Amino acid sequence: MTSTDAFIAIREVEKFYGSFQAIANVSMDIRHGEFFSLLGASGCGKTTLLRMLAGFESASSGEICIDGQPMSEVPPYLRPVNMVFQNYAIFPHLNVRDNIAYGLRRLRLPRSKRHEMVEEILDLVKLPGYGDRRANELSGGQRQRVALARALILRPKVLLLDEPLGALDKQLREQMQVELRRLQRSVGITFVFVTHDQEEALTLSDRIAVMAGGRVLQVDTPSRLYEAPRSREVANFIGTMNFLGARVVSRANGHLRLDIEALGQLDLPAGGTPLSEGDRTCVAIRPEKITLHKDRPGGDAPALSGTLEMTTYLGERSHFHVRVPGCDNSFSVSAQNNTIQGGEGQASGRPVWLTWRDDALFVLGKD
Amino acid sequence: MIDAPLTGTRPAVVQERRPGRLAGLFHRSESLRGYTMLSPTMLVMAVGILAPFIILLAMSFWTRQGFEFDTTPTFANYARAMSEPIFGAFLARSFWVSGIATVATVLLCYPMAYYVAFHVHRNKMLWIVLMTLPFWTSYLLRVFAWKVILGYEGVINSALLSMGLIDAPLEFLLYSQTAVIITLAHAWAAFAILPLYVSLEKIDRSLLEAATDLGDGPAWRFLRVTLPLSMPGVIAAVFLIFIPTTGDFITPALLGGPDGAMIGNLIQLQFGAVNNWPMGAALSIVLMLWIATVALVFLLVTRKAQERLA
Ligand SMILES: Nc1ncnc2c1ncn2[C@@H]1O[C@H](COP(=O)(O)OP(=O)(O)O)[C@@H](O)[C@H]1O
Ligand SMILES: [Mg+2]
Repeated sequence: MTSTDAFIAIREVEKFYGSFQAIANVSMDIRHGEFFSLLGASGCGKTTLLRMLAGFESASSGEICIDGQPMSEVPPYLRPVNMVFQNYAIFPHLNVRDNIAYGLRRLRLPRSKRHEMVEEILDLVKLPGYGDRRANELSGGQRQRVALARALILRPKVLLLDEPLGALDKQLREQMQVELRRLQRSVGITFVFVTHDQEEALTLSDRIAVMAGGRVLQVDTPSRLYEAPRSREVANFIGTMNFLGARVVSRANGHLRLDIEALGQLDLPAGGTPLSEGDRTCVAIRPEKITLHKDRPGGDAPALSGTLEMTTYLGERSHFHVRVPGCDNSFSVSAQNNTIQGGEGQASGRPVWLTWRDDALFVLGKD
Repeated sequence: MIDAPLTGTRPAVVQERRPGRLAGLFHRSESLRGYTMLSPTMLVMAVGILAPFIILLAMSFWTRQGFEFDTTPTFANYARAMSEPIFGAFLARSFWVSGIATVATVLLCYPMAYYVAFHVHRNKMLWIVLMTLPFWTSYLLRVFAWKVILGYEGVINSALLSMGLIDAPLEFLLYSQTAVIITLAHAWAAFAILPLYVSLEKIDRSLLEAATDLGDGPAWRFLRVTLPLSMPGVIAAVFLIFIPTTGDFITPALLGGPDGAMIGNLIQLQFGAVNNWPMGAALSIVLMLWIATVALVFLLVTRKAQERLA
């Protein structure tokens, strides 16, 4: 990444509330025009980081630059960013039109021009003709659109969204996800989106920063986060993952020789991991990359044998829990139902074998 | 032996449980229950407010005949109230004095309520109680306290004299409209602080942040969000102070002097020394009508202003 990529540059930012550290030494770059998500469990500091971008909280140390401008001295009302609040914060004493036109005061436009802009943006968020409604006459989804319109009409360089879909029901949420994505593409504004819902983050984002305990664990595209998480925390947070404890035996020309529990010695690509001889680590594999066999498979590919503990039927898929001797946790295996035979074949207690393609197993960073 | 009486009474119990028709209606009708709950209050209101008002209204159409009342209805008292300039002058002065006192009170109390609502995070109630502490003493006592402070040999004058800042006591301090305004403003402060505090406290903090986020600095944000949203509190405070102070007669009687007297003093005179109750009643009704008018105009103006600011 070159420095011109850094539309928003966050440099060694820390935030303390009293002696409590809410943000611990975060550095990252957000590119121009990208849909960027902050993903993490509740309380991990997502809102705090977003509020520092908006200017409602100041960093205890470190620097935030937006479009090359250092932000530390810029008050929130002069920053080129706008925010969609978690509870939408629609002004109850104003109607929809005045809510949306609220930020236009500074532009000193004639009334007719203001109205024209409001109508235009109402069309964009699919609320035409709602200008005269009061805030309390709107549904949750409509309030959300008003909050979006109110921020977008100012054409900010960055739009900040704090769990904007959290209060909506599932169906509406999925519909709004599609619309958010469409909107972001059509206006070309950089979105920084906070969510604790990994599926939502994967669906919407160009890139995601996974956070935990005030730290950023990994910044990557959705597919890289899923396919190549760099730590056990990230792997656990995004989807389901099976882990096997391992110890590095040796490291040579980009490959690690590992001693893996239940599997024995195996060579794997080292990737970017800083592992060296003697380190304890983990190897990981996704449930859907494992093939379940009722009979011992032929060939010399690595295979684990175990007993089927439980089967969960999920319609299009089935989930299997397999206990493998020598492993602490049982294995999760997921399979499309059109690739397996259903029925009594999956009775619990029966012996099964697990295999996978060579590149499905990968090594994580240091524990 | 034990079973027999039990089984015998059971059907009776079941029948008793079944609610009667009236009770059923009572349980189903929300409004009926509401009225029942209100009825003691309504009774007190009817007896304590409506009855005296009707008597007052009726009496205002009577006239005085020596020490008796002539009960033939007539508009004579109202005609007199309109034709003799002294009544109009006193009425105007009352509105002026209590208007200034109201504005002063609300202006002084708003920052206090604002401070507690937005900048005090612990023990808010303690602050509110402390602010209303002076109002735990009697009204009369507070008026006398101001007399001590504002008097010729009072706290302010003797302090200024001893410092050599003035040669003679400041006379405008006591027995003047100033004295009445100061005292009224202080005496009614609690009635402004409480509604103002409640309305400010209720404002969602994220609305203020939204205003900031949309480009308003502190001043604009206050004018466009905080003030409009606290308007119910301001209106309540204005009414709670303006209405009773317009008719107040204790403070002007004790501190007003000749040009501090208000309509309340005039009405009191009619019921006392002058002994013309029908005239006093008519003046009271006129005062009431004027207050209602002023209140309505005030409501309309604030509503218009609010729409304009938005
Ligand atoms: N104003 C504050 N004072 C003290 N602690 C705070 C404050 N705001 C947030 N925190 C703490 O900082 C941590 C991160 O909070 P937040 O950023 O809101 O998390 P998230 O949005 O990821 O759920 C939490 O542990 C929270 O309790
Ligand atoms: Mg949050």
